[in-house]
Parts: sequence; structure tokens; C-alpha cells
Amino acid sequence: MINMYEVSETNKMIEHENLDVRTITLGISLLDCIDSDLEKLNCKIYDRITTVAKDLVSTGQDIEKEFGIPIVNKRISITPVSLIGAAACRKPEDYVTIARTLDRAAEQVGVNFIGGYTALVSKGMTKSDEYLIRSIPQALSETERVCSSINVGSTKTGINMDAVRLCGKIVKDTAEATKERDSLGCAKLVVFCNAPDDNPFMAGAFLGVTETDAVINVGVSGPGVVKKALEKVRGKGFEELCETIKKTAFKVTRVGQLVAGEASERMGIPFGIVDLSLAPTPAVGDSVAEILEEIGLERVGAPGTTAALAMLNDQVKKGGVMASSYVGGLSGAFIPVSEDQGMIDAVQAGSLTLEKLEAMTCVCSVGLDMIAIPGRTPASTISGIIADEMAIGMVNQKTTAVRLIPVIGKDVGETAQFGGLLGYAPVIPVNGFGCEAFVNRNGRIPAPIHSFKN
Amino acid sequence: MKKCIVTVLGKDTVGIIARVCTYLAENGINILDISQTIVQGYFNMMMIVDVTDLKKDFTTVCDEMEQLGEEIGVNIRCQREEIFEKMHRL
Repeated sequence: MINMYEVSETNKMIEHENLDVRTITLGISLLDCIDSDLEKLNCKIYDRITTVAKDLVSTGQDIEKEFGIPIVNKRISITPVSLIGAAACRKPEDYVTIARTLDRAAEQVGVNFIGGYTALVSKGMTKSDEYLIRSIPQALSETERVCSSINVGSTKTGINMDAVRLCGKIVKDTAEATKERDSLGCAKLVVFCNAPDDNPFMAGAFLGVTETDAVINVGVSGPGVVKKALEKVRGKGFEELCETIKKTAFKVTRVGQLVAGEASERMGIPFGIVDLSLAPTPAVGDSVAEILEEIGLERVGAPGTTAALAMLNDQVKKGGVMASSYVGGLSGAFIPVSEDQGMIDAVQAGSLTLEKLEAMTCVCSVGLDMIAIPGRTPASTISGIIADEMAIGMVNQKTTAVRLIPVIGKDVGETAQFGGLLGYAPVIPVNGFGCEAFVNRNGRIPAPIHSFKN
Repeated sequence: MKKCIVTVLGKDTVGIIARVCTYLAENGINILDISQTIVQGYFNMMMIVDVTDLKKDFTTVCDEMEQLGEEIGVNIRCQREEIFEKMHRL
């Protein structure tokens, strides 16, 4: 039988170490909503989402109460809208009507974000994909809850540089369209390489076409719990360090698995995956950077950071995999700058640079995340940064992503405020040398060879 | 059997167990196990209880116990057992 120490350990994690389930994300397929009449399409989408997800929030709240575990977000991911809207949308503005419908549906069911305003263009871009991408700045400036993503590359197809070039412009235009709010729109726009079909985390969540009608995916969290556990093994060897991370990740993930199973059973919707991610928040004691510092770095960004992060990421997976029946999504340590107090401090102290962040993304999920850059950064430079990050994903057969915020009107030394879980970020310097001629080449970077590995 | 764990934490005072047990009895909740300690004047109790024959909604019981805790001046949590079972048992 459960004893008092075990009960108090669990409750201490919840009350003092920010243990929570970060998100229950309900994936909803909209494939059978497709209609060539735009108005009918919008009606069908609204009805589908508000029917399937009507109990999502209340179910989440019941589970929270019964088990005493906070579930921070209840969210929805949908089939990429470029597929759903292709038959009806003849111009970018048509897509914006779908974004508004999604926003209304999300508000109606009470979720804070809905992801899937997405185009998958890793090899080529249809006219419809392009309309969707071009509609993103307007869509994100006119809606509150819609999240957008674009998959521009994969290990199998290479990188679609035409899409990368367009994305640089779209990121810049989105920043411009939401400049009154520190270019907040860009916080809801992710550019991917090897985007997963079952990611529960925003802003990059969408429900891939390989998925079923509706599915429950859960994202766990718990950087604070890992940090606290590591405080007890200060000065000890790597063996003990790794064991501690694994055991802690196991415990955290088991909670996610439990919540996923309960939600699935109560809603009568199949369970998909648990995403084993260490997802930080701006709250004190809920930081991945603090774990790295606990491991032994004076500040994140110092030499040794990439190695420490590689180890952390791997141990989290090793511990988490056994705790869950199905693992998927992004599964790794997230290193968003604005959403992690330790990362913010490291940038402000001059320890963490864009280049070091890029190196860190080689060994963990998910990419250059929530990084504020000067608003005057040219679109071609943003495309260059995206291309670099996509290349890391393509060559290493992993998911990488870019969520940069060129904060219009702000420069290095200033701070962008996004609010809530999105936090705030000091504007980080970007290499001033250009890459326009590279980015302006047409076509795509071919897929890499996968023998002769070095 | 549907089990849940009741934890009570706070400054020690007269009648904590009595009031918690009265509430449980009134609601048809059977106590299976109790462990309790007092460290430096702080009262710490864990009960394993059976909620199979509960007449009310379980979430209502959670709310009412929390409220009872506020009245007594201690912190009372009522959680389904599975969260501990899952985390600490293979």
C-alpha cells in the first residue's frame, strides 16, 4: 500500500516544484469537412470542433480536481488547414475566414490555443499552400487563439528553399502586423523541419493526415522536479546524476500517462501519445536552464552547455519511455528563451547567444524558440536563420523548428513583453552579415545521403 | 474498490481527526488506513479511504474537504489513489 512518504513526495512535487501536466491536446480531423463552398466549409469546421471538443475543458478540470494535479492547458490541434481549405479558398483572404472560424470555435469550447493553421510544403508548394502562408500575417493579427506552422523541410525531401524564403518574409510581415503588441503574432508561428503529426505542444501542434478522427495527446512537464532532485546529488558522478534524472522523468511521465488514459476514457476518444518534454514556464523554479546550471554550469551558454543538454535530453527520454505506453510528439527538453527565467537571465548576462542556442538545438528539441531579435533584421536574414535550423533537423533526422520574434521598433538591449506563459525576452543580437544571394536562389536543397555518416 | 488518499497538513489543534472522520462517516466513506505524526507542532496525517459507496460526486467531496480544512485551519487534500500508485509502483 502507498505510504506517507510517497504521498508527501508527490504532493511536494505538485505544490513546491511546479509538477503539472502541461497540456491535454485534443486532435480533431477535419478531413471530412472539406467543401468547395467557403461558407459551408466554415460552418462544418465550427460544428465539428464545438461538437467533438465540447467536454474537453470540463473533463480536464474534473481530472485536475480528482487527482490533485494541475493541467495547465487544454488545447486543440486540427488537420492542416491548407488541406481542408484547398477546395474552397481562392485567395489568402478566404483562408483568413477559416482562421476566424477556428478562433470562434476555440473560444466557444474554452481552449486557449488551437493549432493547425498549417501548410506542409517540405518538397513543393501548391497554390493553395501559398495562399495559406500568405494569409498568416493577417490571420494571426486578427485572431487570439489560432496558432500557425509551416513544415518547410524533411530528411526525406530536403529543404524547400522557396518556402524558406517566403517564411522569412511572412515572419517579418506577421511581426509588422502585430507590432502594437511587441510582434506577438510571431509567437504563434512556427517553421518546422520534420514536423511530427502528433505534437501536443503549441504553437506547432497540428493533427497529421496519418491520424484518426480524434485523438488525445498529452504533454508532460516538470523541470522544477528534476532541478530539485538534482540538488540532492551535487558533486556526485555522472552515473548518479543520470540515474536521478531518469527516475524523476519516469515519475513525471507516469502522471502524464495516467491523465492521458483518464481523459481518453472519459471522453471516449482514443489515447495517442505522451510527449516526454521538459517544458519550462516563466515561473521561478520551472526552468530548464536552472537544471543545466544545477548540473554544473555557471550560466547557460557557457562551454559545456551542449554536452549537459544532450545528456539531460537523453536521460529524460530514457526515463520517460518506460513510463508511457506510447511516446511521440517532440519529446525532449524545450529551450524557449522567453518562457524560461534562467534562459532570460543568461541572455541578459551575455552568456547565451543565438549561435550557442543553435548549437543546443542539435541535441534537444525543438529549435530556436521564442527568441526576440531586432525588428530591423532583414527578411532574408530570418530566412537564413530558418535555413540553418532546418539543415540541422534534416541532417540529424530530428524535428527542428524556428519561432523567432523580430520585435518591430525594438533593438538589442530592449525587452519584448508577451505576457502569460509566453513570458518576456531580451532582444538578442543577430549576425549583421547578409545571406541574400544564398536565400534568393530558387528551388530546394536536396535530401541528404544517409550512409557514409561522419 | 475505489480508493482515495486524504492528506491533512497544518498546525496541530484539538479535534482535527474528529472533524475529518465525522465528515467521512457522514458521507459513507470508510477509512482503511491512517498514519499520523506531529513534527514541531505541525500535524501531518494521511488516510487511505474507500469511496466506492460515495453518494456524492467525487469532485464535490474534494471541494467540501478543502473547505473543511479552511474551517479547521489546516490544509486538506483529497486525491484519487492512482496518482500515487502510478508514480511510485511499477
